Amino acid sequence: MPIDLNTLKTAGPTITALTRPFWDAATDGRLTIQHCEECGRAIFYPRPICPHCWSKRLVWKDASGRGRLKSFSEVHKPGHPGWLPAAPYVVGLVELAEGPTMLSFILPGTRPQQIGDMLLLAPTAIGGRVLPAFIPVESRAEEKPQ
Amino acid sequence: MSRAKGAIVGIGELKPQRLTSGLTTLEMIAEVSRLAVLDAGLEPAAIDGLLVGPQVGETPQHVPATIAEYLGLAPTMANVVDLGGASGAGMVWRAAAAIEAGMCDAVLCVLANNREEVAPRSPNRNPIREFDVPFGASGANISYALLMQAHMAEYGSTARDFALIAAAARANAQLNPDAIFYGKPADVEAVLASPMIASPLHLLEIVMPVAGGEAVVVTSTERARSLRKPPVHLLGAGEKVTHRAVSQAPSLTSGPLKSAMARAFQQSGTRADEMDLLSLYDCYTIMVATTIEDAGLCAPGAFGAWLNDHDLSHKGAKPLNTHGGQLGFGQPDLAGGMTHIVEAVRQLRGEAGERQIGKAGLALVTGNGATMSEATALVLGAA
Repeated sequence: MPIDLNTLKTAGPTITALTRPFWDAATDGRLTIQHCEECGRAIFYPRPICPHCWSKRLVWKDASGRGRLKSFSEVHKPGHPGWLPAAPYVVGLVELAEGPTMLSFILPGTRPQQIGDMLLLAPTAIGGRVLPAFIPVESRAEEKPQ
Repeated sequence: MSRAKGAIVGIGELKPQRLTSGLTTLEMIAEVSRLAVLDAGLEPAAIDGLLVGPQVGETPQHVPATIAEYLGLAPTMANVVDLGGASGAGMVWRAAAAIEAGMCDAVLCVLANNREEVAPRSPNRNPIREFDVPFGASGANISYALLMQAHMAEYGSTARDFALIAAAARANAQLNPDAIFYGKPADVEAVLASPMIASPLHLLEIVMPVAGGEAVVVTSTERARSLRKPPVHLLGAGEKVTHRAVSQAPSLTSGPLKSAMARAFQQSGTRADEMDLLSLYDCYTIMVATTIEDAGLCAPGAFGAWLNDHDLSHKGAKPLNTHGGQLGFGQPDLAGGMTHIVEAVRQLRGEAGERQIGKAGLALVTGNGATMSEATALVLGAA
């Protein structure tokens, strides 16, 4: 019986005024990230300037929610005690379709995950807050890893 | 070979221990600094440069001033070097540069840490804390597991390939009575049988945190000639910092050490395959694997075959971390990176005792901080 992740006593995000739109969207089950109107690139995590061109013309846009598993680890001994009841669980690096990579919680799919798996946003209540987790999708897309 | 940039003339090291009861970091800094300055044959008053680590124990701010006062020094150059496990190597070239710039003549570079039963949790308020920790990724183990998994997927490297690194470190530690794993060898089977911490990373592929301290004294090559120990010359250095969180790493299978080592080789007019000692930062097995590949000692992905082809002990042609590395010696926090410098100096001086390597002309020392993020490489040479 898998445990209810929402009952975990984990450390939530340390939200700032700048990052609040990201977390507010997450609560609504959306993934929103900044895009630079100067150089056209999407960025993660949120910043006051674009890390590629230093422009301040950053706008929030909802992401497609699609991504690719760049790496993962099944965590047996968590670094934070709040995660002990959930172990083993999987965290992974998600290369978003928009470009940037974020770390996220990877929900179990129907078979063991592999690097290159296509992922979909799967908003999940963890530790009392909805977080932008991801889940492997069944049909592995033909796209070559970037 | 190009002109030396400076010389390491004194070394100090505290025997690592699992716990220190009541000992402060400042006390340990004083002990290890004394050892290094005595080894150099200098009077304490001759030390006019001081490089220290960040957030020393009970002292989060004004660290150089606090340590200078504690040691009775009045340096004309004092600073913090905050590059994680690359801090020690980062101090050595900064010391030489400060001497070259006319700011000081003899620089004490020192790192130490106590270790209490209950360690305070990190007070981080940064992007990692906000965007990684809430998803269940706390601590370095998971970050390095992600790097290791990516290497295995990209190149087909195996758990056994990585275990070779931990087993070699433990084997070398059997010739270092100060190592935390002295008298406790572990072969490849033992490494693979140790508990899975964060797949694919086993317990014995992770350094043991210990208390300890390391120090070196750097001066000019001219001044070094008149001191009591054979100087070890800094022939080249390189550094690069690319990211902090693993999610922001430009590559998962190659790191900033690649560029740092290339610069160190270029400055020194040397090549990786000319090194008589490889003193490579080893917080995790994956770090050594990537460094061997980034140094150009083998093709990307081929470290396993390279390890199988070489004797990594002091008797072999490619001695690697003869002190046991941090995987065998223990990791005294930021001072862990400096163990690789202190051992290289011992070897290049011919002072390594029963683990002395044969030809000891050149050593490559690497430092690595955060998640393959902060990189410093040094090429050191016997005088």
